[in-house]
Amino acid sequence: MTDAEIPLEVHDLSVAYHKKPVLYGIDVAVPAGKLVGIIGPNGAGKSTFIKAVMGLLPLAGGWVKIFGKPYRENCRRVGYVPQRESVDWDFPVNVMDVVLMGRYGRLRLGQRPGAKDREIARECLEKVHMLPYAKRQIGNLSGGQQQRVFLARALAQESDLYLMDEPFAGVDAATEAAIIALLQDLKNRGKTVLVVHHDLSSARDYFDMLMLLNMRLVKFGPTAEVFTPENLQTTYGGRLTILSEVVQSLGSQEK
Amino acid sequence: MTARRCRGSCPVRAARAASRSRIAGVLLVLGLFFLLPDGAWAARISELTETTFTGRAVRFFTLQDPSLRFALTGSVLLGICCGLMGSFLVVRKLALMSDALSHAVLPGVALGFLWTMKKDPLAIFLGATIAGLLGAGLVQALRHTTKHKEDAALGFVLASFFAVGACLVTMIQNLPEGNKSGLDKFMFGQAAALGPGDVQLLAVVTGLTLLVLGLFYKELLVTSFDAGFARSAGIPTQVFHYLLMLLLAFAIVSSLQAVGVVLVAAMLVIPAAAAYLLTDRFGWMLILSAVFGVTTGVVGSFLSFVGRNLPTGPLMVLSATAVFLGALFFGPRHGVLAKWWRRRSRSARIGRENLLKAMYHVLEQEGFRGETIPIRHLAEVRRESIEDVTRDLGRMQTHGLVSFTGDRRAVVFTPDGWKRACEIVRNHRLWELYLTHAANFAVDHVHEDAEKIEHILGEDTVRQLEKRLDYAHRDPHGRLIPGRADDYGKGPNVPKP
Repeated sequence: MTDAEIPLEVHDLSVAYHKKPVLYGIDVAVPAGKLVGIIGPNGAGKSTFIKAVMGLLPLAGGWVKIFGKPYRENCRRVGYVPQRESVDWDFPVNVMDVVLMGRYGRLRLGQRPGAKDREIARECLEKVHMLPYAKRQIGNLSGGQQQRVFLARALAQESDLYLMDEPFAGVDAATEAAIIALLQDLKNRGKTVLVVHHDLSSARDYFDMLMLLNMRLVKFGPTAEVFTPENLQTTYGGRLTILSEVVQSLGSQEK
Repeated sequence: MTARRCRGSCPVRAARAASRSRIAGVLLVLGLFFLLPDGAWAARISELTETTFTGRAVRFFTLQDPSLRFALTGSVLLGICCGLMGSFLVVRKLALMSDALSHAVLPGVALGFLWTMKKDPLAIFLGATIAGLLGAGLVQALRHTTKHKEDAALGFVLASFFAVGACLVTMIQNLPEGNKSGLDKFMFGQAAALGPGDVQLLAVVTGLTLLVLGLFYKELLVTSFDAGFARSAGIPTQVFHYLLMLLLAFAIVSSLQAVGVVLVAAMLVIPAAAAYLLTDRFGWMLILSAVFGVTTGVVGSFLSFVGRNLPTGPLMVLSATAVFLGALFFGPRHGVLAKWWRRRSRSARIGRENLLKAMYHVLEQEGFRGETIPIRHLAEVRRESIEDVTRDLGRMQTHGLVSFTGDRRAVVFTPDGWKRACEIVRNHRLWELYLTHAANFAVDHVHEDAEKIEHILGEDTVRQLEKRLDYAHRDPHGRLIPGRADDYGKGPNVPKP
């Protein structure tokens, strides 16, 4: 497999918040056409990982390649679903406006979305069964519906690699099933999807591959191989506490 | 090209044409203001002679004086500019930022004056902009290098810069050249003191704002709504953030002469806050906010003019406040009045539905043998006086739900009333059944809940409930559940009056 075929390759990635390390020396190469779950306890750096991949946070070290190139050069091939809490849902936009934002990355600076973009946005809304709500202000939606609007926006990006931050947080069972069907569909079309997920019990059924993360990359591989009591114990149990404490005190000394 | 293809491409062309015409319009406005001859600047408004209110009002509306034309044009431009920038501040929760920025520019105003020793609009503009950006930079620096959050940093910068500015302005006024400087007008604003230079500056800033918003609307929208997403899609959000802050500084500085340092932030925030209450689309919010800005600008300068040079700033802000209160109370969707009206009509509907239900119960007790419901009987069930029940029934008659018998001692359902009564009783009993069956509530715990739910269950939910409960015939207390509204009289469990 050549570099350009690897959707996401990360080498020795480290991220620090106010000099406190959050991620430490992560190496991973995600193969194409997989549904990957990023699993780990609270504060393990799951969201930080995908934000760092997209350059939303400064890296303390290491590099990221998207299909063989730095993120900036290939950002059109990446779709992003942020956490639902990251925006103000009282913002005066309707569902259609938000989904159209998915097209913005493909338009030139100053270019307005055209009829074709609207058509694509409508199709994406239809895929998440939200087309009847196109004109609704986004605050007047349930949590599950809001999540589906974000998903439709990412679909409208027509990317090859999707990074999703907790798309299942606070959604009802029906929406969860609809989302997972959609992710399977993306995978079957050769797309790669990375999903930050916090529910261990469903992780085994949902994902082809798992990334067990707790500041360090504990394990990355096919779900059947990685989802073992031992690996989960390493990720969730106390084995890494000493590492994190030592690294934290190192960080505070350097301040 | 076939007709079909033309139809497809027309919206695109129309959009391009629209953006072209938008730019052309902006350039036209800009051009016009540069052509304004300086010599048109004649008598100061304070030198006008009319002493009566009507005399001054007539003079205001006939636009006889060039100076008045400047004041008015300035107010219109200021309204547009502040309204547009204010919308971004409100949705990005930066309202306090504008307050800090507007106070921080005062030392710059004074230094700009000291540089040229006269009230040169450009020198003051430059000085004020630099001071404003310095203040904004200091806020950022305090946030990033100390553990202070934005509010403390804003408070510090606002007060300290303003204090420096106030000292400088007082010093200037003590200078021989200073007592006629007109710098005192920068505190509370005086639209009448707007000169051609000020208006030209306002025109350039407003034109620039319109141009940037016209060109980069989509980038500014996505940056304001979801900056993380925008950055991930390759949009340079930092550039747009600083562009917005620069335009904000320009808007504040060019409006200073008319509104004053102390209150210019209000002209940014209040029209936009009023627009925010009225619409759910950002594009409309921008337009409404600009319209409100213009309205309040013109009304403020009118009041200032007829009130013999009262400070314009406070009057503009008061008229903006009036617009805001108007939006707050009379807004069609989120307004206080509309909400009150909706609540009132909802509780009236619930009252009617409860009376319909009571009528149903009366008929049910009689085994549905008759159709007339004696009002005396109804009053007993409702534990109310006969007069009260008769009055309520009178209202129901106007809604076409019941009709009185000839002696007005009893009522019968109209077909509409009967249908609604059956629906309410069905909703109540279905919900009770659902709670006991599906949610494991005890039978004596479900009545209160069903009393509320019965009024809000939609037909879709009812269908789901019926299916979930296998189209059960009886509620947990063993009473019949009226059938679906569209097949009365068909099923075995459907009583017919």
